[in-house]
Amino acid sequence: MSEIPTRASAVVIGAGIVGNSLVHHLALLGWRDIVLVDKGPLPNPGGSTGHASNFIFPIEYSRLMYDLTRDSTEQYKALGVFTESGGFEVARTEARMQELRRRVTKCKAWGIPAELVTPEEVRKRVPYLEPSVILGGAYYPTVGVVDSLRAGTLMRERAQASGALTVVSGAEVLDIATEAERVTGIVTTKGEIATGNVVICCGVWSSKVAALAGARLALTPVVHQMISVGPIGLFAGTTGEISYPIVRDVDEGMYERQHGGDMEVGSYMHRPIIVPPETIPANEEAVLSPTELPFTADDFDPQLAASLDLMPELLGDEKAGIRYAINGLISMTPDGYPLLGETPEVKGLWTASASWIKEGPGCGRAVAELMSGKVPSVDVHEADVARFYPSSRTTGFARARAAEAFNKMYGIVHPAEQYESLRPLRTGPLYGRTRDLGAVCYETARWERPHWYATNERLLEKYAGRLMDRPAEWDSRWWSPVINAEHLALRDGAGLVDLSAFTILDVTGPGALAGLQRLAVAQLDVPVGRSVYTPFLNEAGRFVADLTIMRLGAGSFRVVTGAADGGRDAKWISDRLPDNARLADVSSAWATIGLWGPRSADILDAVNRDGDSRPPDTFGMTGLFELGGAVVLGSRISYVGEYGWELHVPAEQAGYLWDLLLDAGGPHGLVPVGIGVYGTTARLEKGYRAFGAELTPEYDPVEAGMTRPRVKAEAFIGKEAYLAARTAPPAALLCTLTVDSHACADGTPRYMLGGEPVLTLDGARLVDAYGRPSCVTSAGSGPSVSRHLLMAYLPAGLAEPGTPLLVEYLGEQYPVTVASRGAVFDPSGSRMR
Amino acid sequence: MDILVCVKRVPTVGGVITLTADQRAIDTRASGFTISPHEECAVEEAVRLAERFGGSVTVVTLGSTAAEEQLRACLALGASAAVLIETADGVETGPIATAAALASVAAIGFDLVLLGNEASDTGDYQVGIRLAHLLGRPVATGIKSISVAGDESSLAASRVYRGTLETYPLPLPCVVTVKEGINLPRYPSLPGRLRAKRASVRRVPLDVPAAVRDVVMTRLRVPDAPAKQATVLGHGPDAVPALVAVLGEIGVLP
Amino acid sequence: MTVFCLVELDSGGVAEASLRAMTLARGLAADAGAAGVTAVAFAAAPPGAAGLGAELAAYGAAEVYAVSGIDGYAPQAWARVLAGLLAAAGGAPGAGASPEISGHAVVAAGTERGNEVLAHLGAVTGLPMAANCVAAAPVPGALALVRQRWAGLLLEEAVLDAPAALLTVAADAVSPVPVSGRPAAAVVHELTATAADADLVIRAAESPDAGGGASLATARVVVGGGRGVGSADGFAPLEELAALLGGVVGVSRVVTSEGWRPHTMQVGQTGTKITPDLYLACGISGAIQHFAGCSGAKHIIAINTDPSAPMMTRADYAVVGDLHEVLPALIQTLKARS
Repeated sequence: MSEIPTRASAVVIGAGIVGNSLVHHLALLGWRDIVLVDKGPLPNPGGSTGHASNFIFPIEYSRLMYDLTRDSTEQYKALGVFTESGGFEVARTEARMQELRRRVTKCKAWGIPAELVTPEEVRKRVPYLEPSVILGGAYYPTVGVVDSLRAGTLMRERAQASGALTVVSGAEVLDIATEAERVTGIVTTKGEIATGNVVICCGVWSSKVAALAGARLALTPVVHQMISVGPIGLFAGTTGEISYPIVRDVDEGMYERQHGGDMEVGSYMHRPIIVPPETIPANEEAVLSPTELPFTADDFDPQLAASLDLMPELLGDEKAGIRYAINGLISMTPDGYPLLGETPEVKGLWTASASWIKEGPGCGRAVAELMSGKVPSVDVHEADVARFYPSSRTTGFARARAAEAFNKMYGIVHPAEQYESLRPLRTGPLYGRTRDLGAVCYETARWERPHWYATNERLLEKYAGRLMDRPAEWDSRWWSPVINAEHLALRDGAGLVDLSAFTILDVTGPGALAGLQRLAVAQLDVPVGRSVYTPFLNEAGRFVADLTIMRLGAGSFRVVTGAADGGRDAKWISDRLPDNARLADVSSAWATIGLWGPRSADILDAVNRDGDSRPPDTFGMTGLFELGGAVVLGSRISYVGEYGWELHVPAEQAGYLWDLLLDAGGPHGLVPVGIGVYGTTARLEKGYRAFGAELTPEYDPVEAGMTRPRVKAEAFIGKEAYLAARTAPPAALLCTLTVDSHACADGTPRYMLGGEPVLTLDGARLVDAYGRPSCVTSAGSGPSVSRHLLMAYLPAGLAEPGTPLLVEYLGEQYPVTVASRGAVFDPSGSRMR
Repeated sequence: MDILVCVKRVPTVGGVITLTADQRAIDTRASGFTISPHEECAVEEAVRLAERFGGSVTVVTLGSTAAEEQLRACLALGASAAVLIETADGVETGPIATAAALASVAAIGFDLVLLGNEASDTGDYQVGIRLAHLLGRPVATGIKSISVAGDESSLAASRVYRGTLETYPLPLPCVVTVKEGINLPRYPSLPGRLRAKRASVRRVPLDVPAAVRDVVMTRLRVPDAPAKQATVLGHGPDAVPALVAVLGEIGVLP
Repeated sequence: MTVFCLVELDSGGVAEASLRAMTLARGLAADAGAAGVTAVAFAAAPPGAAGLGAELAAYGAAEVYAVSGIDGYAPQAWARVLAGLLAAAGGAPGAGASPEISGHAVVAAGTERGNEVLAHLGAVTGLPMAANCVAAAPVPGALALVRQRWAGLLLEEAVLDAPAALLTVAADAVSPVPVSGRPAAAVVHELTATAADADLVIRAAESPDAGGGASLATARVVVGGGRGVGSADGFAPLEELAALLGGVVGVSRVVTSEGWRPHTMQVGQTGTKITPDLYLACGISGAIQHFAGCSGAKHIIAINTDPSAPMMTRADYAVVGDLHEVLPALIQTLKARS
């Protein structure tokens, strides 16, 4: 029927909200000859957009999701398809009331209107709600609904009208052609299109389509049940789609939302129902649409009773019937974030998938910007499709985590909460030994990392009174005072840290130096044997990575970065290396053991055997040396602010070295120390910044306080912006704050966990000149300074030590003081030398 | 009046039908199950009659335990009792045996037995009539309107056939098979659904007369779709001249 | 053996559906080596029985029973007559039949009456009955059938092994084909039946349909409307066009579910099966149940905004566009012509 073009600058697969938004933004960014393909009919090709409940609550804990939602809402408003309705989250339990206080506090951080309300106040706006069922609620006046199908149609038609886009519906993609891991075209049931860019916006089908090109996406379709009940007598007199606020009955995992004359009731409480994409029916086979599967009433029945409790008269009306009921398919990823960007496997194969209606237009815009080589207007690094290692891009993983996360959708999820399924998967060579020491492991990029050790409970007595114990259950959940005991033991004697989860990337070849120089802010043309700590910046001069690079030879560099960041960092580097340099991920071949503390030199001496050589002793030096008859790559650096080494050993020798050090170190007070110290307490005392917390694409090195005295002569990405930032007054500066009083209203001391808004003394929200709110980026104990420590970017005028401010936590405000823009412990760094 | 409604669990078919590998059943992995539209109307008609005249509505089906899903759906719509004549999973019972099994339930205690005119899957067009003969009661089929006399002794069932209204005055008890259009069935209410969940379903074993001789299905097949490619006459009102030309070729122009 | 065929009469003589049934019955008779079909027609007073004989002979009838004595349509009484004829056809059922077919056969059109009467016959005789067959052929000791399920969306291949075969013929699947050459006139038997009161309990009182209007099932032109019509008021241009073309309006199931039009106008599996010369489907995406009702149309033209809608791809002709723009333009053009 419609002619299919033979070539395209980009082929976008999937005409849901994301694909439509993407073609719209590509056209706005100047792309021409774009083709949008969908196997289904338009305007509703049968994907998840077609059955979405289409409401938007602006509140999100994650900055990424908040920003995507905000950007998308603005786009919907500009298209004229947004209707503000207001929305409530109601609490049936005391635990939920605390959670709502936490959410309203987060709203304050983001600048979203929100307030806690009594049951009677809820009933004022929702007259059909039974107030005796709830303890209270949170009201969000800016909640609204959108017409996502209309929005998609408008965006698609605008791209068509500009002459940039051809739309082909009813064409199923049969194959994605590649040559040398690069996209060359697609094959559809209506013909072939040659193209260098294919974007998968296929929602629940995305992993199936990506597989055509040999790429894997960690995404699975899951069922979300929804029913529509009507006609509701009360709604008969209302005009338009919605006149009453949406209610989220979060304790029951449900929502109730007016839709014209009906009430839609949706649930995230039923058993997780995972649907393999290959079993999704074709458009022609589907009863309703491919993503509206037959309703399984038994799964929903328990929710009916709950909804009747909440809205007894309205939903209990015998004349109102369940007119529509589906097992609707939605996409889930292992961490709940969308998949955005270019796949690590295939150049030119992009995706914008696993997005909800409320993030769709934002995801489309971000990927269009990425495809155009621009820094995205919303920082989407946490959604980078490359964040998942190959070991996490598995069907089983996606399904297991979706099954586990489904019922947490409306749950009370602690910021440190751990997943349980499919663990342990990635274990370093020391795993058995650390487990024997009672390691409590947290997961990072599927690595098991000891967070603290049960065998160190013996230290609790020794350090009693200095452990900053947390009496409130919420504050101490996923935490242990043993962390603080380990911290003090490390500062007193020494600590041994299992860092096997590090991502280790070897960059080699004649072009290695030039290639890395173009990425790093720091000078990498250093003598062999030097370790360089450096950020990478994007074109806007803001952080995209933060890592350590060792020069091992003239054309040989070893990049060490965090497990959580390794996937993205590897792709950032390999995408930008010249042809005469190559990158190899050797993480699995090497283990890293940290040995730090005032006694660490004594411990190495104790281990030293006849014939062993001296370790590198100047700070920042790296070199091979013999230790206990083994060869070790030692690096005299520290992330805990103590003298010592990062010891890199081949994985098969790690156990030997660990045992050797632990045995020899005992008399010197050496204890195994977990990531709780390494990543939080010791780091915060030293004011060290962490990527993803303090260092993000929202801030630059000047604001982060990481400028160097000199700027290297060589060009590097972001240099111009960096130079400009150095000469301009910064809008915000990163500070460490101390909490002056922990007592909450009932006198219980409370301890912030991170993410909280920083306020002026009169309780006003702090925002810098760019509109960035001041929030706690990291929080944790400082046992050596006996203070709870917070880091936050503050507007430059307030970033002076001694400035008194407030921090709001769970709805209450606590006095804090700016302590430093550097370290609060050993600020001169004398302990490291 | 006490009414029995006979229903059948059938796949929900909404698009291209796909068969199982053995070609003896429809692949229902993505489709789910329902009862035939005619039967939805039979349940609705029964519930309305019971609402008007008092009495009870019992639904009965032949099927595996999975068919309880359909019985509960009927209970949610207002039926007061349900009977499952339990068959082995995957065994298709022919119309003769089905009528015999239903007769064992229908024989006592019902003033009216309602069925759909035909099951949407097998389309046998005979279970209601065979059941009526077994019960020795009159039967009207394809009915689009039922009017029960005030004294509940008789009813008038009617349908339109070739432009003529046919009305069947029948004494009660009797059997009537109805067609979609007799009413607009209600949807289940939330309280109805919860009542249905709590209700008990009476199970009785299938007692089929030995060696029933009936039509024996050997396999199913999907008829070949007409392999045509539509000729596009144009877009929007610009297509009207071409459209008029085609109407002329077909010979339907005024 | 004898192949009986129940024929229905309408104002124009033998109903078309019965001619289709005759066509299939004739094939069965030929397979069995019978001289022809024995047609059975019920009429209060046989109107021109000779004419009936000639008309049916053209479709392969060797004999015709013109049955009178039963006032109006009484399916159980009719079935009782057929049972009598079947019994009278000779021997115990099955005995003496050709080796290919185990017994006699009774064929009827797959209409409401045909299915109903044969179901009664099945109940009266205890014989199995196969509804809506599209083909029947003898195999050793039995009859191999192809019959419709799901209103023709699915075909069932089946075996019928019975002393006599009771079949109805799917109305939209077998074309009525007259015998080639000049058929011999059929022998017409006038039979006056006496029905038992018990059988006459089921008898239709006939009156004109108050619904009125041209019949959807027999209209030459049907203008169909679906979700794309948008509202009850949106049907105005469809009704105007149908009037101009001398046709009627039909609707998809969603239209009746929404309450825009009554169920009597529904085309589809659970509505009416149509067989017009032209079906003009406007704003109908084309659910499979809808095709079950309209696949008998000789020509289908679809108007839809989405070129990939199933109705658009399965039609003969397609116009891509909004029906609310296309239909007014078409109506204007048609009016200007006249």
